[in-house]
Amino acid sequence: MAQAPAAPPAKGRKKTEELPEHLKAYKNVWVFVELEHGRVHPVSWELLTEGRKLADALGVDLCGVVLGPKAEGTEKAVAEAFHYSANRVYVIEDPLLAEYRNEPYTKAMTDLVNKHKPEILMLGATTLGRDLAGAVATTLQTGLTADCTELAIDDDKSLAATRPTFGGSLLCTIMTRAARPQMTTVRPRVMAMGDPDRGRTGEVVREPLDMAEESIVTKVLDFIPDSDTNQAQLAYADIVVAGGMGLQRPENIRLVVDLAQVLGAEYGCSRPLVQKGWMTADRQIGQTGKTIRPRLYIACGISGAIQHRVGSEGADQILAINMDPNAPIFDFAHHGIVGDVLELLPALTEAFRKRLAVDRMAG
Amino acid sequence: MSQGPNMVVCIKQVPDSAQISVHPVTNTIMRQGVPTIINPYDLFALEAALKLRDQLGGKVTVLTMGPPMAASALRKALGHGADDAILLSDRFFAGADTLATSYALTAAINKIGAERPVDIVFTGKQTIDGDTAQVGPGIARRMGLNQLTYVSAIPSIDLEAGEISVHRRAEGGVQVLKTKLPCLITMLEATNELRRGSLPDVLRAERAEIKVWNAEAAGVEDLGKCGMKGSPTKVSKVFAPKPRAEKAKMITAEDGAPASVAAAAVETLLDADPRLLSVLTKQTTVA
Amino acid sequence: MTEHFDAIVVGAGPAGNSAALVMARAGLSVLQIERGEYPGAKNVQGAILYANAVEQVIPDFRDSAPLERHIIEQRMWMLDDHAYVGSHFRSDTFNEQRPNRYTIIRAQFDKWFSGKVKEAGALLICETTVTGLLRDKKGKVIGVKVDRDDGEVTADVVVLADGVNALVGSRAGLRPELKPQEVALGVKETIFMPRETIDARFNLKGNEGVVIEAAGSITAGMTGTGFLYTNGDSLSVGIGCLISDFAKSQVRPYFLLERFKQHPAIAPLIAGGEPKEYAAHMLPEGGYNAVPQVHGDGWVMAGDAAQLLNAMHREGSNLAMTSGRLAAETIVAAKKEGKPMTAATLKAYRKALEDSFVLRDLKKYRRLPKILETNKHFFTDYPRLLTNAAETMLRVDGVPKRDKERAIMGSFRSTRKLRGLMTDLVKLGRAWR
Ligand SMILES: Cc1cc2nc3c(=O)[nH]c(=O)nc-3n(C[C@H](O)[C@H](O)[C@H](O)COP(=O)(O)OP(=O)(O)OC[C@H]3O[C@@H](n4cnc5c(N)ncnc54)[C@H](O)[C@@H]3O)c2cc1C
Ligand SMILES: Cc1cc2nc3c(=O)[nH]c(=O)nc-3n(C[C@H](O)[C@H](O)[C@H](O)COP(=O)(O)OP(=O)(O)OC[C@H]3O[C@@H](n4cnc5c(N)ncnc54)[C@H](O)[C@@H]3O)c2cc1C
Ligand SMILES: Nc1ncnc2c1ncn2[C@@H]1O[C@H](COP(=O)(O)O)[C@@H](O)[C@H]1O
Repeated sequence: MAQAPAAPPAKGRKKTEELPEHLKAYKNVWVFVELEHGRVHPVSWELLTEGRKLADALGVDLCGVVLGPKAEGTEKAVAEAFHYSANRVYVIEDPLLAEYRNEPYTKAMTDLVNKHKPEILMLGATTLGRDLAGAVATTLQTGLTADCTELAIDDDKSLAATRPTFGGSLLCTIMTRAARPQMTTVRPRVMAMGDPDRGRTGEVVREPLDMAEESIVTKVLDFIPDSDTNQAQLAYADIVVAGGMGLQRPENIRLVVDLAQVLGAEYGCSRPLVQKGWMTADRQIGQTGKTIRPRLYIACGISGAIQHRVGSEGADQILAINMDPNAPIFDFAHHGIVGDVLELLPALTEAFRKRLAVDRMAG
Repeated sequence: MSQGPNMVVCIKQVPDSAQISVHPVTNTIMRQGVPTIINPYDLFALEAALKLRDQLGGKVTVLTMGPPMAASALRKALGHGADDAILLSDRFFAGADTLATSYALTAAINKIGAERPVDIVFTGKQTIDGDTAQVGPGIARRMGLNQLTYVSAIPSIDLEAGEISVHRRAEGGVQVLKTKLPCLITMLEATNELRRGSLPDVLRAERAEIKVWNAEAAGVEDLGKCGMKGSPTKVSKVFAPKPRAEKAKMITAEDGAPASVAAAAVETLLDADPRLLSVLTKQTTVA
Repeated sequence: MTEHFDAIVVGAGPAGNSAALVMARAGLSVLQIERGEYPGAKNVQGAILYANAVEQVIPDFRDSAPLERHIIEQRMWMLDDHAYVGSHFRSDTFNEQRPNRYTIIRAQFDKWFSGKVKEAGALLICETTVTGLLRDKKGKVIGVKVDRDDGEVTADVVVLADGVNALVGSRAGLRPELKPQEVALGVKETIFMPRETIDARFNLKGNEGVVIEAAGSITAGMTGTGFLYTNGDSLSVGIGCLISDFAKSQVRPYFLLERFKQHPAIAPLIAGGEPKEYAAHMLPEGGYNAVPQVHGDGWVMAGDAAQLLNAMHREGSNLAMTSGRLAAETIVAAKKEGKPMTAATLKAYRKALEDSFVLRDLKKYRRLPKILETNKHFFTDYPRLLTNAAETMLRVDGVPKRDKERAIMGSFRSTRKLRGLMTDLVKLGRAWR
């Protein structure tokens, strides 16, 4: 039932949805600047860019929230938030915030919100952002709209958050009229990132974290970076090549891997290949696998079922190769080749190899 | 010896997204006869719980909030081997968003725990209809459980000491976390494959009487926090996405030879995204 | 410990559902096993339902069954590549209180039917495939084995209603394997369009519906027919041919369906619709001579599994429901009398089939399959001759009618020697009797 789009509410109901008096003090648009291991997740800059539009529409300030240990990376994040047009940045620096953990982060964020009262709070829909947003929204007893694809300010100055639902087959617009802050998460690479203005600065507001390590139950024993394992890096790959049942035999997966290698790409697959044990589960793309947003996605012998589509259609460019000219993948791919993948994949690998060799010589 | 862990798995019955489509002529949603399934992410949670029960004993109760027909999802879960099932169903719950959903589920989990405290609550990572990934964290917060989201593995659990350690998917790596029971785990997708129940399991499931709790039976204290009333977010509009105006542009070559088509494809891709070439030459090791 | 039931029913199609319903109502403990995710999940979409057979088990089915439209018009078309001749029969008397034929969506209907079976007290388990039969030392069937752990369960009698493939019976040697010339492959597609469009295109109001049966060159010389039914807001379009012909001609079934859809007689009827749910399914078309042994020690066989399908009239589900019911009635009676479920006791089922329309109809057409299989003119030359004849007669061009008639006869004779023509007619007439 969670946010399943029930019938839109009856018109006459608006009265109960008015903002209670004590919440009218909530002002400004906040963006959580996601900092981990000294690096800011780019989604934060995308959100500040988007947040600027909302703040301007409301005529209020745009503020960043930076949580982290006392460190160079944290200060750099604060400075950069201004470059991406924040007017003000709220900062809590504390050793307890060195590694992400839900408890101290939730406390830090809710304390800031309760004290400084933003009307809108945006977070990236990353694993960290989603973990934090759910806990914060529940603590604050406010509304949270997840994975938004479009944000706007409507006539009565509320946030109209639009998001896909039913596995991407529908969109719905969700309002939080009677609670504050209005919280949203947005997936990486949904919003455009503006150009930073390196000269900009603004006001920094520092607050303490009122918490002791002993009161935090969860301990981080270790962090295994993905670069240390051969785990697929599909989610953030710039280029992804994937194979489907059109490959016909497990041996032919090599054709996909070959192309991926020449392109410096990650490779993945549709679900049946995982079910057959031809590829590992971390390489599955789609609703029950990974969502990818590469610059270029090459889908080879994949029919384009809705479950595969929702995980891959965010790619900037999609090239699909399929024998069947009516395959649904051609409905959302940008370019298509009708033909046999077993012939086309080696040809494509060779064509890229040649083209890149030329370019490398030139460069 | 201590008894095994008492576990609750929250599952949701959702319409099979593959079967929903928008009528091309009338632009209305074609939901006629759309079959429902258990939210696929929840299956990973269910299997994780069943695996723990294999190792340690204990009990797995599946819980869902939904209309009466959601009982069929519970029956399915029983057929996969769950021990007990509870359907939370009341008109007061209708129209709930994540905040109100987690409120009602929390009440029911507390009620389940009245007999014997619940050690672990499992949820899926997210649902495919709402897909907010917020109900799990919501329950954890309300119940004061240690929150473990995006868990990919549970390498150790020590009931005596009341400790559990898990692998949690984080940005750019895996966190190894250790925390205390009771906790809430949202299970990452593709971490396991749900087992097929045995014949006795499915026979038992078909005969099982699914317990149905209304708000009162679940011990819900404040009806104002349930359903539409208790939901700060309101859906103001539902609409179909604009279909991509154009279908894929087909790349062909005069002689139709794979090599010619491939060469044409390379140029088409590079033309469409001029920055692609720099990405490619940067990334490519000489192959 | 293995559980024991009075009866196990394999399959939850029309045959299995009727059998389970009748036995459960009579108080027997019934376990029904279906391999699909739910009853109907594996069944091709639109179909014609014959009220009479349903009424025998659920008299008031019209009150709750998911029915699409009742049929008030039947069109029979003979098509060549660009034309068709045909007959239409439409009558307002079909708009009766209790219509005789309906279009249904099988997935929905089977689910509804199964609901009635469960209400009656049968236990249904889905996503479970029966992989074999259990037998005692004497060879009597005493239960089944399924594809799950601890997957054995026993019963006094097993009703095999597992559809056309009938793998359970074939594997156990209770019936011969299917022969390609006795099985047709039907492919069909559901094409969605607004109700109003269907009403307008077919001149319908309310829940009225139309059936079109088509034969001719659309099957590319193979033995088979095409059809189109109107559902509520969709059309079922399909075509079926013998498997042996598909094998010989190497024509891909989907291609055949596409061609049928593009035929000038069909294309305008489906234009603008959204095709969905392409499905392929087999039909046992061997007729009377292909019907295997339908009973034995501890088992009976019903529906498509027992080849009980009338290809001539496109009837299947009604024969399935009736045979399922008769099998169940036999079992219930035996149970009441305390008789063991031996071949001797269950023989009464075969007798009941012989006495009913099921085997009597199949017997009537017993020669037809062979004739149609071996005489392809019915699907190649005759349609062309007929449409040419019609066109010649209808074109007003100053040629005297008598000359036209002569030309037509000439064309018939030159295509097929008079002897052949006569033999075909005689054969067909005999088969029809
Ligand atoms: C709850 C649920 C969740 C799911 N989650 C996912 C998911 O996360 N990800 C996912 O991918 N799927 C998922 N699926 C499965 C999905 O519905 C499809 O079944 C699956 O995506 C199909 O994979 P495919 O395209 O590789 O195979 P197919 O559908 O079999 O398609 C194969 C394609 O290859 C083409 N082809 C065949 N031979 C050749 C050749 N020689 N050259 C070129 N083309 C050829 C064919 O024309 C066809 O289009 C899910 C399903 C369900 C029910
Ligand atoms: C294209 C097409 C159009 C048709 N149109 C019509 C029509 O308009 N009107 C009409 O009356 N008939 C029609 N028929 C025929 C009709 O569908 C069949 O005659 C009828 O479905 C037979 O019923 P049944 O119960 O014997 O078999 P089925 O309906 O096939 O049911 C058998 C069931 O058993 C299950 N099963 C199979 N094996 C196992 C196993 N090992 N373990 C467990 N379960 C198993 C299957 O999943 C299935 O649900 C049509 C058939 C086709 C192919
Ligand atoms: N109505 C519900 N009943 C039971 N569990 C639910 C319900 N809604 C959500 N959940 C659980 O919460 C998880 C996250 O859901 P969501 O926040 O809607 O993406 C799901 O995977 C389920 O485990």
